[in-house]
Amino acid sequence: MSGDRRTDGGTEQAPDAEAGADGGRGSRFAPADRVASVPPSGIREFFEVAEKRDDVISLGVGEPDFTAPWPARSAAVDSLERGRTSYTANRGTVELRRAIAERVTRYGQSYDPDEEILVTTGASEAVDLAFRAFVNPGDTVALPTPTYVSYEPGVRFAGGDPLPVHTHHEDDWALTPESLYDAGVDEADVLVLCYPNNPTGATMDADEMDAVADFCREHDLLVIADEIYAALTYDGDHESVATRPGMRERTVVINGFSKAYAMTGLRLGYAMGPPEAVAAMTKVHQYTMLSAPTTAQHAALAALDRCDDDVEQMRREYDRRRRYVVSRLREVGLDVSEPGGAFYAFPRVADVAPDGDARAFATELLDAEGVAAVPGTAFGEGGEGHIRISYATGLDDLKEAMARLERFLAES
Amino acid sequence: MDEATRTLIDALVADARESTADLARQTGLDEAAVEEALADLEESGALRGYTAIVDWDELDREHVSAIVEVNVELDRETDYDDVAHRIAESSAVDSLRLMSGDYDFAVNVSGSSMGDVSRFVSEEVAPLPAVTKTVTHYVMETYKERGMTFTDGDDDDRLSVTP
Repeated sequence: MSGDRRTDGGTEQAPDAEAGADGGRGSRFAPADRVASVPPSGIREFFEVAEKRDDVISLGVGEPDFTAPWPARSAAVDSLERGRTSYTANRGTVELRRAIAERVTRYGQSYDPDEEILVTTGASEAVDLAFRAFVNPGDTVALPTPTYVSYEPGVRFAGGDPLPVHTHHEDDWALTPESLYDAGVDEADVLVLCYPNNPTGATMDADEMDAVADFCREHDLLVIADEIYAALTYDGDHESVATRPGMRERTVVINGFSKAYAMTGLRLGYAMGPPEAVAAMTKVHQYTMLSAPTTAQHAALAALDRCDDDVEQMRREYDRRRRYVVSRLREVGLDVSEPGGAFYAFPRVADVAPDGDARAFATELLDAEGVAAVPGTAFGEGGEGHIRISYATGLDDLKEAMARLERFLAES
Repeated sequence: MDEATRTLIDALVADARESTADLARQTGLDEAAVEEALADLEESGALRGYTAIVDWDELDREHVSAIVEVNVELDRETDYDDVAHRIAESSAVDSLRLMSGDYDFAVNVSGSSMGDVSRFVSEEVAPLPAVTKTVTHYVMETYKERGMTFTDGDDDDRLSVTP
């Protein structure tokens, strides 16, 4: 409890913790300063507009349009039928941690399932745990922008100071030592990496990763590497910063089952790092979540054991859509970097948007053609002038959406 | 098979009416290369045709289909291929497969009435000397056909915008 309580309200929104409203005019429940300082999610705001229409083709969905593979669902059902409804170990079941340890060897990662892996309630929890475990009040946390919407609020909730690091369309959203120096990351405490990237789809190649790793070692940075889209890499292999010399001991790697296995609603992720890192995160985890959902852990184990073919099939389908969407975006005159992973394209609309404003562009596109694409500004200031297009939707809808976009651009 | 050809086939299996331009977009090939790849696949017999998936219940037309199990007894002069070629001649046959298990051939048959199907079985299959038994199963409802589910297709209950 600290600071002045906000009493002005100043919004027509209903009290809504998720949207960041202040909880009521003059209410005792005016949020703490660190909560009040976080603006409502740009995605949430846009979602509310999109929800008011029933003819919308949404390209704003950041989750697979597939259903979790049957073996995973079946294992979840079976675990319930067998009455496996109690807590698991704080760190997750031994079987799942072992399976995770075996799985991540394909990315060149090696972690001890007993001490170096923590199963969490979605990768989102793992990200939050990392911030809360390692960020002291006043610490600087560097966030390449544009990036996933939850990092900046997470840093603020932990009392840290976000430091944006601009990446640029012209450079295919590459993160380089120069961009890190320019942003002052050499003085920062933590660097968050999200590759393949949401929202740009950018990946890092081996040389780029080497260079960033060198920078992190030289400037003694702790790294939080969110690799939730690792399995959805299309060109080349997924590169993890934790595999670079001297990086394993300063990196927490985060991954999960939501994107690759279409298991978003089962909320299961994991964090990997040196024993002391996982111990610190486990301490926070055990006082909040205790353990990740038991049912979901059984589903995840089955997913690792028996769903490789399903994942490959989904990856191939995303790849096909990726090529289509990028091709069409370029045909209709929008400049877009080739996304190497995830399921997003992040075209530039600055030249065709009113005053270069991505939000205005997205709003007009929604109004005129019923196509919902998320304004790039939802992903930080580095996203201005762009929109995020998710191709986690069927090709027929993508074709129709691209046709509407083409018409919109021709008429505007 | 290279990645682009695999993608090309995936695309055609999903939608045989894809335009060459759209196939080019999905595969990363140019249109001429798509045409060439398609010609090669057709030439080799890997691509046997392009057909429609029809939900007959949506049309104002009688349509009956059945799966006919056929048992045969072969002799020195007759093998499976001989029997298969004879059965496949009928225009009522949509597909014909040699099976392992309790029967030899599975024949997918369609017609405009149960009488059509019955006539096919009794007049074109049963009289063949090699055929010893037929069992006809009429299709009562189709839920999925060649990968396409027969639902309204509007089952995306995801939030319209998510992180």
